[in-house]
Amino acid sequence: MSQNLYITASCSIGCNVVIKDGKQLFENKDADVQAFLVSVYQHFAISYPRFYKMDNLAKLGWLAAELLLTGSFDKSVYQPEDIGLVLSNKSSSLDTDIKYYDTVKTIASPALFVYTLPNIVMGEICIRHNFKGENDFFIFEYFNPGFIQQYVSHLFETGALEACICGWVEIIDNDYRACFYLTEKKAKDKTILFTEENIHHIYQTTHG
Amino acid sequence: MTDLKRQIVEQLNLQHIKPEEIGDDQPLFVEGLGLDSIDALELIVLLQQQYNIKLNNAEDGPKVFQSVRTMAEYIKSHQQA
Repeated sequence: MSQNLYITASCSIGCNVVIKDGKQLFENKDADVQAFLVSVYQHFAISYPRFYKMDNLAKLGWLAAELLLTGSFDKSVYQPEDIGLVLSNKSSSLDTDIKYYDTVKTIASPALFVYTLPNIVMGEICIRHNFKGENDFFIFEYFNPGFIQQYVSHLFETGALEACICGWVEIIDNDYRACFYLTEKKAKDKTILFTEENIHHIYQTTHG
Repeated sequence: MTDLKRQIVEQLNLQHIKPEEIGDDQPLFVEGLGLDSIDALELIVLLQQQYNIKLNNAEDGPKVFQSVRTMAEYIKSHQQA
């Protein structure tokens, strides 16, 4: 028998707006994607110099995870191996692949090359928070809450995970969007059930 | 060395550091500026792009990239050669 799982926090970044648990926290309307992501980092007074070296996909996902977990998640109640990530998007790492390809014409950039895989964003999040659980990155044509709900539920049912950062993190040129949500076994204040409908609802209503 | 510090900051995306904050003899890796192995590769690219110098022997890397001063000395000696 499957157990109930709960979405205990959510965070989305898109359209130059940051939304946490349904509330707008930050807006910077006139910036391009690169400037906007740096402005988010600076606005929340985060100190993590490695951030500046990330590509835009990693910056976007890393910020979404950072803001998702801040004030919402006590990782000390879990073992690092019990906290995982399941992310997805449409364009994989194409945004950086194109930039890297441009450098290959002269001298290939090692710093860009290391980001020519979409799952690198999960590595950056795991390094930051010392997460060591299951990591999966799926490429879909569209946001696919049904698959994510079933897959993550299976990870919990089989004991692979006790907590999971789930999300969509998509970027291509200046078109970007992150929608992250934290899934846990125990309900907290203002949590909602981890269902396909509720995941879809978060995605639809928190895009800024 | 002022230009070299600016080039290092730009090449390695060290946006949290001002070029003038980097000491001439400050170690670039680990306990100093905290650079990593990817940064080392980017420094090799910098030498190639900015000074047309190829670091052919990888074993020279730790000596050459010890500090801004050692990099500057390496550049100077290879430009004269």
